[in-house]
Amino acid sequence: MSAFVMQLRRNVDPAVLIASGCIVLLLIGGSLYSPNFLSPDYLLQQLRVASFLGVIATGSMIIILLGNIDLSIPWVVTLGGMMATAAAGWWGDWGVALAIPFGVACGALVGLISGFGVAFLRVPSMIFTLGMNAVVQGLVVVHTGGFAPQDRATEAMHVLATGSVLGIPNALLLWLAVAAAMIFMLNRTTLGRKIYALGNRERAAYLSGVNTRMVILACFAIAGACSGLGGVLLAGYATKAYQAMGELYLLPAIAAVVLGGTRILGGKGGYIGTMVGVILITLLQSILSVMQMPEMGRQIIYGTVIITMLLTYGRGAKTEG
Amino acid sequence: MSTFRYRLMEHRGTLLAAAVFLALLIFYIANSHSGLNAAVATTIANKGVLLAIVAMAQTLPILTAGLDLSVGMVFVLANCLASALVVGSPLQTAFGIVVVLLAGLLCGLVNGLIIVFGRLQPIITTLATGAVYFGLALWLRPVPGGDVNGDLADALTGQLPGGIPAMLAVLLAVVFLIWVPYRNSVLGRAAYAVGSSEPASYMSGIPIGRVKIVVYSLSGLLAAIAGLLLTFVTYSGEASASIGGTYTLNSIASVVIGGTSLMGGFGSAIGSIFGAFVLRSIEDLLFVMDLDPLWQPLFQGVILLIAVSLGAFRLLRMSNRLDLFH
Repeated sequence: MSAFVMQLRRNVDPAVLIASGCIVLLLIGGSLYSPNFLSPDYLLQQLRVASFLGVIATGSMIIILLGNIDLSIPWVVTLGGMMATAAAGWWGDWGVALAIPFGVACGALVGLISGFGVAFLRVPSMIFTLGMNAVVQGLVVVHTGGFAPQDRATEAMHVLATGSVLGIPNALLLWLAVAAAMIFMLNRTTLGRKIYALGNRERAAYLSGVNTRMVILACFAIAGACSGLGGVLLAGYATKAYQAMGELYLLPAIAAVVLGGTRILGGKGGYIGTMVGVILITLLQSILSVMQMPEMGRQIIYGTVIITMLLTYGRGAKTEG
Repeated sequence: MSTFRYRLMEHRGTLLAAAVFLALLIFYIANSHSGLNAAVATTIANKGVLLAIVAMAQTLPILTAGLDLSVGMVFVLANCLASALVVGSPLQTAFGIVVVLLAGLLCGLVNGLIIVFGRLQPIITTLATGAVYFGLALWLRPVPGGDVNGDLADALTGQLPGGIPAMLAVLLAVVFLIWVPYRNSVLGRAAYAVGSSEPASYMSGIPIGRVKIVVYSLSGLLAAIAGLLLTFVTYSGEASASIGGTYTLNSIASVVIGGTSLMGGFGSAIGSIFGAFVLRSIEDLLFVMDLDPLWQPLFQGVILLIAVSLGAFRLLRMSNRLDLFH
């Protein structure tokens, strides 16, 4: 038994344990407020909402693991939703069939351009993705202003975001599929190893023969695709795509990744942690809104919780360098 | 290398940003219908100075290889606070101004303390504290409103004798009362050293913790000054997440356009001021050129992207590919 505990201690990130503990505490606290918090319906609904953030945070996590950051999430998410719905309007039946992949592909394309800027032009990712965000915002404004495109979600998008199979939300199944792919990629493929290597020391990775540019390019493309997919899901959930629909997802996505124990400077962290972080943030938001906490209180609690949790396990070494 | 050439190299970012701003300004004046008169200059100054001071606030942490994502929110919080306190008799107004500035200093101090003693990364710390500051701003001003001392506001957003915009005088005062003394102090130099190499400055006995606390506190103070000035421009306070977010992001862009390295240790707040003015004049230019308003955000974005990508030219000078990785 003690050997088991030892092994558990070695293999489980303290961040994941503390964050999971907080989820349990939140649920217990919530159930004291209203017994509904423990009902399967409520929990499944929360997991459905969490999977939107989860898909978006996946892309955010890959970029953070590389030691970069993606600030273009808000408008790439919007672009994904907009393009998916517009495709259905442009190309008739073919468009309806291709709506979802088209939305994801648009996100991936933007990611590819960001990756080019970071990998080849060596512009710091924070500033390049910021610029990309502005460009994509401009594109979306032109797109919606001039031609009154279709913004209604297709049937498939709607089913993907709101439907269920055997009681399990489709969005959750999709997130689990993304999660399985991510965990496999990070732990069992050379690309995953290269990502961690780059995040730790890009120079060393380069000298070890890693094609660092291609890795960065691939990661940004994947992250863009994740944002695009997030936009497709959100558009399906709201039944339509609208401007600035991704505005509220940048900070929670980064916060979820960091709360899940991923180092903000890159090179360390596991996907399970990100999943726990996403669920924690979603539950926190939901409980605060159920308790009819005004927006100001929500913001203050939100910020305080992130700082407090990080102070318990996210602290840096005493002298860095 | 001669002193002159050294100084030229050290300030090349600032000089380039200033040159670009001058070119944009001349182009603007040549194309606008009214030319440059006092009213046009005042409008440009009122819009530009706000971002310029927020960009200065952002420069200080970036020079230490940090980042302050809460500047926009401190800016909004100071705006809301000022719309409640900076009213009434001259004495009350003066008291209100002091409280607003102290509040900004306190916000910055909290950031600095958490970063130094909590040993958390600046980017995630200020992201979280920014949410808290925005919550406080919402608490003060659930709906836009409030008032401000009208005489003072008119004086500061108007013109000095001779047609010089009063806001420019305020900006100069901020530069000479805060930036110049800071830059020439031991702490200011230490901040550059910390940005260049933290381990090296640690080994040289620089009090890294104290430097960072001062840097983030000053950043909060500068953001609060800008928030105060915003109140004089709008005559009201508004807790808007989008205003805060836009100013935070634009401040980073201004710092980069102004030639300051995001890696820390190189650059100056003067460059950021010109960076902010460049960013603002691009907006005005698109307006003057009668571009379809629909296309304006796209052009603005493309120009921003090109501006920040110009740094890629340094790659051509690199003789060793290993220099790519810092």
